[in-house]
Parts: sequence; C-alpha cells; structure tokens
Amino acid sequence: MSFELIIQLTDSTIRLTTPLLLACLAGMYSERSGVFDIGLEGKMLAGAFGAAAVAAVTGSAWIGLMAGMGVSVFFAIIHGFAAITLRANQIISGVAVNVLAAGMSAFIGQNWFKMGGQTPQLSGSGRFNEISLPLAETLSGVPVLGAIYSDLISGHNILTYAAFVAVPLSAWVLFKTRYGLRLRAVGENPGAVDTAGISVERQRFSAVLICGVLCGMAGAYLSLGTSAAGFVRDMTAGKGYIALAALIFAKWTPKGALLACMLFGFLEAIGNKYQSITIFDLFVVPVQFMQALPYILTVVILAGFVGKAVPPKSGGVPYIKER
Amino acid sequence: MNSNIPKWVDIGLIPGLNLLIAFALAGIGVLVVGESPYRALTILLQGALGSSYGIGYTLFYATSFVFTGLAVAVAAHAGHFNIGGEGQAGVGGIGVALICLSFLGDSHWLLVFPIAVLAAVAFGVAWAFVPAYLQARRGSHIVITTIMFNFIAAALLVYLLVNVLKVEGTLAPESRRFGEGARIPQMNEVGSWFGLQLASTPWNISFFVAVAACVFTWLLIWKSKLGYEMRAFGASAEAAVYAGISPFKITMVAMTISGAMAGMMALNTVMGESQRLILDAVQGAGFVGIAVALMGRSHPVGIFLAAVLFGILFQGGAELAFEMPAINRDLIVMIQGLVILFTGALENMIRWPISSFFDFRATAKEAAQ
Repeated sequence: MSFELIIQLTDSTIRLTTPLLLACLAGMYSERSGVFDIGLEGKMLAGAFGAAAVAAVTGSAWIGLMAGMGVSVFFAIIHGFAAITLRANQIISGVAVNVLAAGMSAFIGQNWFKMGGQTPQLSGSGRFNEISLPLAETLSGVPVLGAIYSDLISGHNILTYAAFVAVPLSAWVLFKTRYGLRLRAVGENPGAVDTAGISVERQRFSAVLICGVLCGMAGAYLSLGTSAAGFVRDMTAGKGYIALAALIFAKWTPKGALLACMLFGFLEAIGNKYQSITIFDLFVVPVQFMQALPYILTVVILAGFVGKAVPPKSGGVPYIKER
Repeated sequence: MNSNIPKWVDIGLIPGLNLLIAFALAGIGVLVVGESPYRALTILLQGALGSSYGIGYTLFYATSFVFTGLAVAVAAHAGHFNIGGEGQAGVGGIGVALICLSFLGDSHWLLVFPIAVLAAVAFGVAWAFVPAYLQARRGSHIVITTIMFNFIAAALLVYLLVNVLKVEGTLAPESRRFGEGARIPQMNEVGSWFGLQLASTPWNISFFVAVAACVFTWLLIWKSKLGYEMRAFGASAEAAVYAGISPFKITMVAMTISGAMAGMMALNTVMGESQRLILDAVQGAGFVGIAVALMGRSHPVGIFLAAVLFGILFQGGAELAFEMPAINRDLIVMIQGLVILFTGALENMIRWPISSFFDFRATAKEAAQ
C-alpha cells in the first residue's frame, strides 16, 4: 500500500465520517437524556432537503444550513412532544419521523422544483466549499508531513471541521458542565433529578433540540458539502442508522463516537474504492460484506461478546412525575 | 387506568379521530400543490375500488400488509417491537426463491406452494431468531438488532442477486424466471373455476394464507394458554415472571411466530407477482406493517381492515399519480408517516382529553348517587 493510497483513503474516510459523526453526537445527547432516537435518519434527510432547497433559492449555503437545522429541529420537536410530553412509545415516534421525512422531502421536492424529487445543482456560495488552511500550498512540497497537512488536514469544508471540534466540545459539555451532569442524570435516574427540583421534561427537551440541530448539520453536510451538490431522494441511504449503530459501538461516549464513526467511515471508504478484496489469495471479501460490516459489528457489540454496551438506564422510559 | 372509557370509544372513536387528523393533513398537502382533495379522494377510491382490476391490486397489496402487520402485532403482544419485518420478509423471499428455482420449480404448484410456505417461514424465522435470542439471553435491545438485521439482509440479498443468482449475460440484478410449476394461481383463475369473471391482477392465493394467518393469530393470542402468557408478559414482564412465565420462552416464541409471518409476506410478491427474485421484493411492506398494526390495534380484524385501507392507498395512489402529476407515490409514504405519527406517537393527544372527559363523567355520576 503506497503512501498516496493511504492519504487518499484517509481523506475519503474523513469525508465519510463527517455526517456520521454529527448524527452520532446528535443521538448521544438525546439518548444520554433518556430519549431513544431512531429518527436520526429522518431528521438528517429532512435537514438535507431543507438545506439544499433553501440554498438553491437563496444562493447562500449559510442560510441553507440554518434552514436545514430548522427543519430537523421541527422533527425533533415532534419527537420530543410525543416522547416526553405525551409519554408515547419512543420507537414508534422515531419510525414516524423517518417515514414522514422520507415522504415529505420527496413530495415537497417534486412539487417545488419539478425535478423528480431532486433540488437544483448548487454551485459557488450555495455550497460549503473546501477551505484551504494557511500555508497548505506552500507546505505541500514537504515530504510526508506536507502531504498530511495539505491533503488531510487542510481542504475540507467548515462542517467537517465543526464535526471534529464537536467531539471534544461534547465531551466537555457532557462531563465537565452542570448541564452535562444534569443531562446524564435524567437519563440514568430522572426521579433523583426531579427531587432536586430540576424539570426532567425541560432537560430532556433541550437534549432533543440539540439532537435536532446536529442532525440538521449532518444533513446539510450531505447536500451542501459533498460532491452531490444538492438533494437527491433518499440521499441519507441508511447513514442515520449507521450513526445509531456507531453510538452503541461508542457506548454513548464522545470519544467512542469519534472512533466508531471513523471506523465505519473507513469501511465505507474501502467499500467505495474496491469492489472486492482478496485476502492472501484465499478469500474474496465481497463489497456487500464490507457494507454490512458496521451492522454486523454492532450486533456483536450488542451481544456483549466484545465488551458490553450498556445504554443509559432510563433510556426509552417516559418519566411520570408523581403527584 | 382507562377503565372509564367505553370500548367503542377505545377501539373505534380514538383511532378514527387520529386517522381523520392524518388524512386531513394529507388533504392540506394536496391542497397546497394546487389540486382538489375531494377530487383526489374520488380518483383514489375509484382507482382502488371502482373496478375488478383495482380491487385485485388493492387486495394484492393488502395481502402483503396483513402478513407484515401480523408480524408486528404478535411481537407487540409479548411486549417486543419487531422492526425487522423488512429484513425477515426479504430473507423469506430468498427461501421462496430457492425452492422455486430448484428442481421443484418444474413440478406442480400444489406441491411447490406448501414447500415454499415452509421455506418462507423457515427463512423468516431464521432472521428473527438471532435478535430474539440476543434479547432473551444477553439483553441486546431487539429494536436495534432487528434494524441491523434489516441492513444485513439487504446486503445479503444484493450479494446473492449480483454474484450467485443473476442470469449470465444480463445486467439486471434478478434471478431467472421460475419454472411454470412454481406459478401459483391468481385470483382471476380461482374465480374462473367458480365461473367468476375477474380482471387479471397479481392478487393470488397467498391471500388465503393471509386470512388463515389472521385466524391463527386470533386463536393464538386470545384462545390459547401461550397467547395468554404472551399478553401477560407484554403487559407486565415482572408480574409474568412471578406467575411462572419464562421470559426466554415467550420472547423466543413470539419472535419466531413474528418472523414466520413476515417471511410469508414474500410468497405474495415473489411467487405471486414477480415470479423471480428481485431486489425490491418487499416493497417497503415491512414498514407499512408497523402502521397497519398500530391502526389495527394489534387485533387480526383490525389489521385486516387496516391492511385493506393501505392497499387502497397504494393502488389508488398509483392511479392518482396518473391523473394528477403533482401527486406521486411519495404522498402515500407521507400519509403512511402521518398515520404512524397520529395513531401511534401522538395517540395520547386525543386519548387523554377523551379519557379525562369519561373520568369526569364517572365521578359526576358517583357524586349524584
């Protein structure tokens, strides 16, 4: 394996990791607070559509991003209202969000732009373009380190940097702030938090809203920050579920989320580059196996054979305040 | 809990109101794209029920949804959410196809069909078995594992169709056409045996299997000891354990039956329609099953009616797309989402006010006495 190939695969891994990481962190906030969210996929899809549609109309990627986050938050509010206020089954609510988002984005897209559910191609300021970090050009000649700096670290769009910055930021919020302590507490033992005079509902709702914002960013990355340059029907293609899988893989921690998403992003990068992989001329690993690997690994982790993934204790259980 | 709510309100009025809201919102969607909701509804009903052809397609779709709806319902009675109907049906389809592609495919459908039913059941069960076991023995959340198994099934199906079953020299990822012996009678043929004239549609004898599955589910859940144990476990796992009910057994049995139901769905599309294994044999029916089970309140009669309603939506929706270019299949997906949202997630929005009304009335009555 040559050096260029490693650089190329790593670069592609970073790009593919970005939306997974944003969605995975989104899920982390929600699930840490005790609200299961299998609607990451739907919120991402709706966010991708909202971002692309508004960016196409206004010509501004930033306004598009705001719209994408807004649409995603709208679905998050539905989920929060159902799961927290109405104490409904959180899985059903998540499924509803996914199905509704898939139907609505395609239906509205078709009637708005009349392009078979797609949005017009974006260009220029309608997209998030690659940012060249200072001296990237100058240093690209330096062997090894220059290539790493100019190809891997430089040359991504703002959302990618945001996603990677969100990891330490989330770790800080979750483990070093009062908000994070309360967030984790409502996910583990809401009764105790309630006794301390803190509103469980408000705490959970805030987590669900953060989840909506991050899912919107993940969606906006797909439609504004990749070569797709616009919305394509069903463009999330299961990425929300991979993010969910990564969250379990990560055992609901930010650092784990980074590693799990990079692993799944790397698998996808390999799958995109090679149709099949021959190992020692003995086995041929088909590309479909690579595609299924994140899901298989998640099942193995869930089965508890390789470390145990213990979800937040009160996850999925609506809190009923005693009167 | 909700003891003051009369039964007709519980199973009739509340789901009815929720459904009404869902359809009203869909109607607004139609209005927004500049079409008349009334005309859309007329075309939809006319397309789905106005002809023998329309009815045939409606019931063809309904057959699939009965199976996947029952799959969700049986698991739900035991307190589990089987979201893996899509994958179990897909793998069931592989089972059906392997039987039909074997030497059996050239015999007679009377021989092939029962074997294909068994294969669909076996493959569907196999795909539900691992998540069930992991839930029962290792506490792995069944919702997550069944979602993962949906994706693994999809990858498996692509692999088989691209690398193993694809016809050489073609590009389409599909198996060869089944032999003539693996062609099950369509309902228009069945009708002609009794002198009935029906239009030729993919509505086929799997429909009878679906009806039988409804009866089976009713007997199982409400007339058998096992069904009682399942419901007891679903209502309160802790109380059920005190009553000597084994969580392991109930989880395994419920998911086995659930997987079998989902697997049998493939009979309808793979054997009854496409006559070959194709990539999209399940046609999203696994997820429609969730809406159907919610709407039908997990009762076979309710599920049958809800499945027919979704059959009407799918068939009528296809006709509607011809007449009104602004409306397409996506609107039907949207309605499906709205139905899940209002009959499932937001149900308490309607239930709580109604419930407090009846509570209030009951208290008032007591006070008067």
